[in-house]
Amino acid sequence: MNAGNATTPKLGVQAATKIYHTASGDLLALDRCSLDVPANEIVSIVGPSGCGKTTLLWSMSGLHRLTSGAILLDGREITGPHPDIGIVFQEANLLPWRNLDANIRFPFEIKGEKPDRAWIAHLLHRVGLDGFGGKFPRELSGGMQQRAAIVRALSLKPSVLLMDEPFGSLDSFTREEMNRLVEEIWLDTKTTIVFITHSIEEAIFLSDRVAVLSARPGRVAKEYRVPFPRPRSLEIMATKEVFDLTNTIKMDIVGDRVRPKTPDHHAAEIVRIRP
Amino acid sequence: MSGGDAIPEFSKTKAGDGHDVSLTNLSAFASGPGIKSGTEVAAIAAVAVVIIGGIELALRLFHVPPYIMPPPSAIAYALFDEFPLIAPHLGYTLVELVAGFAIGAIIGLVMAAVITQFPFAEKIVAPYILLLVTTPMLALVPLLILRFGFGYTPRIIAVALAAGPMVMINAATGFRRVDSAKIALARSYGASTLQIFWKIRAPMALPMILVGLMIGAIFGLLTAVGAEMVGGGFGLGNRLTTYSSMIQMPQFFAVVLVLSALGILIYVLFFLIGKRWASWEA
Repeated sequence: MNAGNATTPKLGVQAATKIYHTASGDLLALDRCSLDVPANEIVSIVGPSGCGKTTLLWSMSGLHRLTSGAILLDGREITGPHPDIGIVFQEANLLPWRNLDANIRFPFEIKGEKPDRAWIAHLLHRVGLDGFGGKFPRELSGGMQQRAAIVRALSLKPSVLLMDEPFGSLDSFTREEMNRLVEEIWLDTKTTIVFITHSIEEAIFLSDRVAVLSARPGRVAKEYRVPFPRPRSLEIMATKEVFDLTNTIKMDIVGDRVRPKTPDHHAAEIVRIRP
Repeated sequence: MSGGDAIPEFSKTKAGDGHDVSLTNLSAFASGPGIKSGTEVAAIAAVAVVIIGGIELALRLFHVPPYIMPPPSAIAYALFDEFPLIAPHLGYTLVELVAGFAIGAIIGLVMAAVITQFPFAEKIVAPYILLLVTTPMLALVPLLILRFGFGYTPRIIAVALAAGPMVMINAATGFRRVDSAKIALARSYGASTLQIFWKIRAPMALPMILVGLMIGAIFGLLTAVGAEMVGGGFGLGNRLTTYSSMIQMPQFFAVVLVLSALGILIYVLFFLIGKRWASWEA
């Protein structure tokens, strides 16, 4: 593994273009989208809904083939799912007919490997799921399900963790708790993380970098470094710098649509606020 | 291949919502309040005694002739007394049911699994499947007897023909319930098509498969008994025609009771299997 090379990003997206062929015609979801994810960093991708965030992440995972462009892991192009890349899906995506233990065993069953019991026990303890192994997903809260999904993704010790709006359906308190957990895990493992979210606060709390995607077709419109020290306390998150960065990113995403360009087009712009 | 991906979608309704498992809800028993206390058991027993006793009393009070409706006590006695004579026929019917059902269910399951993998093929065979499901296979029994004689063969074929399409149509519904996120999960670990089938598609389809198996088994029982009534000298259906032709109504109703018990047994069996293996879809 040549992850140590400072010039090579851990995960590189090069001019990624993705066209979906749907019944109602072709849909350009990503248009020459490029992004570098440096090793051992957390990079968040934010953008308006339907801008292709999930498409970008699924392409980075190798689950979707790009129409053109390339995904590079440690400088080598990947064309399909890669064992070094773990994914945490929206809404946990646990298999409801398996209990928690069996869900975490699932990747090992597919690969025909023996689960690393000590590591899994450590992870379960880390996320506070000791003793829940026999429970079925429906018996767990949304937050606990997502914790289990994180354990499942980390059980194979991936060097890159892709997280697709993992906490989107959780209430805001649980969400903050989960964010803190991700930060703790990252401080432990320094796993490179790509985090998709529609919450700017979440992105800033977690990330070393925030990439702002444009409306469809998706393309990286802006990139921000998030310089605040870790662990990011409530005090840090309440500073003016964080507030300003939040607003700047917010303006990037919604600003063009809210701000009328000229008085003449005022009426038309108002219509466009709610498409 | 690059255009073959579907836009990632995460449906808000979870697989466990189960509105599509309404045809025969396996949880019909469980959704009712469970029997808890001794008083409840006593009440249920008391109601049964009142109903059965009431019927007995009414039949005797109005002097209803036994060839129209024998009293429950006479039926119970006939069941007890004639059981050694009925039992072999229960065995014959079970052989036909189990053999026909096994053949029909296996063919139905395999066809459902194969056909749902090829949506185009599914469109072509759909009308024929519908024809198989809606045609009462009993209608073919005279033809089958002409061709295969009065033995087990025509009955087993009829049972298989009745059960197979029921299993297939329900199993196909199950296999069609694709959850792209779960398949993506398996694919992200490098799962093969076969692994995706056994680890994702099959367990997701299991609740519907069990519904199909249960309906198939009940239809199989109906068809077995019907076929026995059409021709041949053995089986519970044959006992029904024999006893009724001899106006031995207590014995006739005793056989009816045995058939009811068989039907309930099938239901309970699949209910227990569902509870054990498909309870995640409560």
